[in-house]
Amino acid sequence: MPIKILMPALSPTMTEGNLVKWHKKVGDKIKSGDLLAEIETDKATMEVEAVDEGVIGKLVIEEGTQGVAVNSVIAILLEKGEDKSALDDMGLEAPKPSIAEAIKEVKSEPVTIINEGPKTQSTSSSKERIFASPLAKRIASDQNINLHNILGTGPHGRIIKADVLASSGSSTNSHEGPIARIAQEYRLIANNSIRKVIARRLSESKQNIPHSYLSTDCNVDKLLELRHDINHARSADANAVRVSVNDMIIKAVALTLKQVPEANSAWTDEAILQYNNIDISVAVSIDGGLITPIVFNADQKSIFTISKEVKELAAKARAGTLKPHEFQGGGFSISNLGMYGIKQFNAIINPPQSCILAVGANITTPIVKNNKIEIANILCVTLSSDHRSLDGAMSAKFLQTFKEIIENPVRLLLGH
Amino acid sequence: MAENFDIVIIGSGPGGYVAAIRAAQLGMKTAVIEKADLGGICLNWGCIPTKALLRCSEIHHLLQNADQFGFTISGIKFDLQKIVERSRKVASQLSSGVSHLLKKNKVTVIKGYGKLAGKGKIIAEQDNNKTEILAKHIIISTGARARILPGFEPDGKFIYTYREAMIPNELPKKLLVVGSGTIGIEFASFYHNLGSEVTVIETIDKILPAEDDEISTLARKSFENQGIKIYTGAKIQSAVKNKDTVTATVDIKGKTEKFEVNAIIMAVGIEANIENLGLEHTTVKIDKGHIVTNEWLETSEKNIYAIGDVAGAPWLAHKASHEGIVCVEKIAGSKDVHPICKTKIPGCTYSMPQIASVGLTEKQALEQGYKIKVGRFPFIGNGKAVAMGESEGLIKTIFDEKTGELLGAHMIGAEVTEMIQGFVIAKNLEATELDLMHSIFPHPTLSEMMHESVLSAFGKAIHF
Repeated sequence: MPIKILMPALSPTMTEGNLVKWHKKVGDKIKSGDLLAEIETDKATMEVEAVDEGVIGKLVIEEGTQGVAVNSVIAILLEKGEDKSALDDMGLEAPKPSIAEAIKEVKSEPVTIINEGPKTQSTSSSKERIFASPLAKRIASDQNINLHNILGTGPHGRIIKADVLASSGSSTNSHEGPIARIAQEYRLIANNSIRKVIARRLSESKQNIPHSYLSTDCNVDKLLELRHDINHARSADANAVRVSVNDMIIKAVALTLKQVPEANSAWTDEAILQYNNIDISVAVSIDGGLITPIVFNADQKSIFTISKEVKELAAKARAGTLKPHEFQGGGFSISNLGMYGIKQFNAIINPPQSCILAVGANITTPIVKNNKIEIANILCVTLSSDHRSLDGAMSAKFLQTFKEIIENPVRLLLGH
Repeated sequence: MAENFDIVIIGSGPGGYVAAIRAAQLGMKTAVIEKADLGGICLNWGCIPTKALLRCSEIHHLLQNADQFGFTISGIKFDLQKIVERSRKVASQLSSGVSHLLKKNKVTVIKGYGKLAGKGKIIAEQDNNKTEILAKHIIISTGARARILPGFEPDGKFIYTYREAMIPNELPKKLLVVGSGTIGIEFASFYHNLGSEVTVIETIDKILPAEDDEISTLARKSFENQGIKIYTGAKIQSAVKNKDTVTATVDIKGKTEKFEVNAIIMAVGIEANIENLGLEHTTVKIDKGHIVTNEWLETSEKNIYAIGDVAGAPWLAHKASHEGIVCVEKIAGSKDVHPICKTKIPGCTYSMPQIASVGLTEKQALEQGYKIKVGRFPFIGNGKAVAMGESEGLIKTIFDEKTGELLGAHMIGAEVTEMIQGFVIAKNLEATELDLMHSIFPHPTLSEMMHESVLSAFGKAIHF
């Protein structure tokens, strides 16, 4: 009896995924553990490994298919001694991918004139014929422009020279005048699944969670000094990673959460879930989106371990190779835009968590100390908290504790 | 009660009647107002009757040179009145054709002089009868007329515009043509081939000012070889009428010359018909004597449009017709309407030899900063041309070296007016040199020269 290979659920929340690539073709022999396919989920691209042995009899779902429902048959494996005729008994009705069809319908609609509103040209299938004039093709290929991304304004939506020039930003005729308004008012950047997830989750968060925001300024003179000393002391060791301010903030948050566990929580209608472990999600910006890999048990890890882990997680995030367990979960989030020189900002809570700490840049600022003006490095942090789980006073307590720790950073080394 | 229309078009020339038919096809209630004959100047006093005349002069030329083809023909005579009569018959036949087409498409034709009379209102006046019409959209397609220089008003005897030149009572023995644009050159060619002694004067330093310099020079040589006298840098000063002749004083590059001729044809450009249209009651803008429109032929007043000669250069019937279509389809909200690109409008001169062109001249291409490749192929290298006894001419093509875009095509010689559309299509489809090279042209045809010209631009010509 041939074995059905099903679309796996690669995370508890996954309901469908995109079949990005097949690593095997019909007739290939499969051993358990062989790499079968790559599947793109909400958050990452993952590899699917074979569980059973056999020969690939049929690839039911084509490479590049979007929105394949979890548990639908994606391929058929023939067991030893079986041949292709075994497939005939399968009564195989290729399960239709849930949204793939809808997408195809949109695609097959002829692209007409631009003032009809946005129409997507195919972005996935490179086999689809693109209607473009020879001259448009020539210019696009000379300038390395992908015609898939261009909306045609010629007859029947054909891509013409002016469209290619507009998309490359060069004016249609640079000889005619200094101001070159581009006839094509916009171009389309298709939403990838990460974009869609960000949009869904953040809209949900901002619409459903009553956010409250509290900010405080922290004097990080001592922290910077400590960081300098640590890195200086370790500079002899070529393998030692340099500790960043952010690594120290993660540790400070972990220690704060030990004292204010109310902030390490999630709201549900029945109860507030207060997490027993201190797992901190760190927002990492990646190409086309952001993702929050987790430093687990950050309270128990040294800043050096945290530093090393964060660097590894960030690298994986950017490479798109994070495993679901590395970014799903977490009890508290940190978002740091200090490297962009942002002084202060309010972050949107990463649900179901109750809190996110928005970290700004450290800025040399005149402060009043003992009735005198002095210069200090000031870092502004803003806590966004779910008012359903934490009242203002509790959030304030979090920030007060955090400030205390970060302004006396030796505690980061002591671990409490 | 004034009748209500979706579209009213003032003027039934090649812009107006085409717009009317298209509007009716799109389901709009359409009327066209015409003060004279349906079809306008093009059909009645321009393109068509002159082609009928030129056909006669071409036949005359062939008969006179019949010995080259092995015929011995003597006593060749023609009756000018019959030639003119034929030309008028062709015009009236086609005008009634337009009438039939309008009727078939249920376009209301209103005879009279159309004039704007307030928002959405037009008055058509004929013999003091005024008809008031209401329209959602008004298209002005009133065309243009010959520019008349003071002191050179046409009298039908000594001084002609195109109109008088089309219906001569007798063949002028000596003829002076003032202006070497398409109209001047066509009449020069016509009268020369029928036997007039023709002199052409042109103010600038070349004839056929719109054409590529090289083509213009070839044309001049050809006309001069045939016996037409041409003076460039020449400006007419005065015309003094004698008993049977008229004496024109012409300044030729600072030197005054006198020409005693039997007739002068004034072909010194055109003026748009914008007067007495009621435009003063609108916000329609006028610039350099023409109505200003945007790419959709909309004037600065909502629901008033202008197409054809009245809306500016190039003053060509096919441009007017195409503008009519674009204008009406845009009004109807049709999909796939595209504004006209002026570098893709061909121009033709039906003299002997013919001249046809589309796109940029070599000079314009260089001025616009293009690095160009130029291809040339002479008629003498083409089998069909030699077989036809038409071995004079050239096909010149200009490409953007970087992209292979066909920037312009310029032709002189037999039948080039019928061939230019090949390059027009190529330009419109944005063909590159490769697409043209990969196309198979039928043998033996004159069109093979188009292929060879393209090949020559890239050093690949076979037959030359």
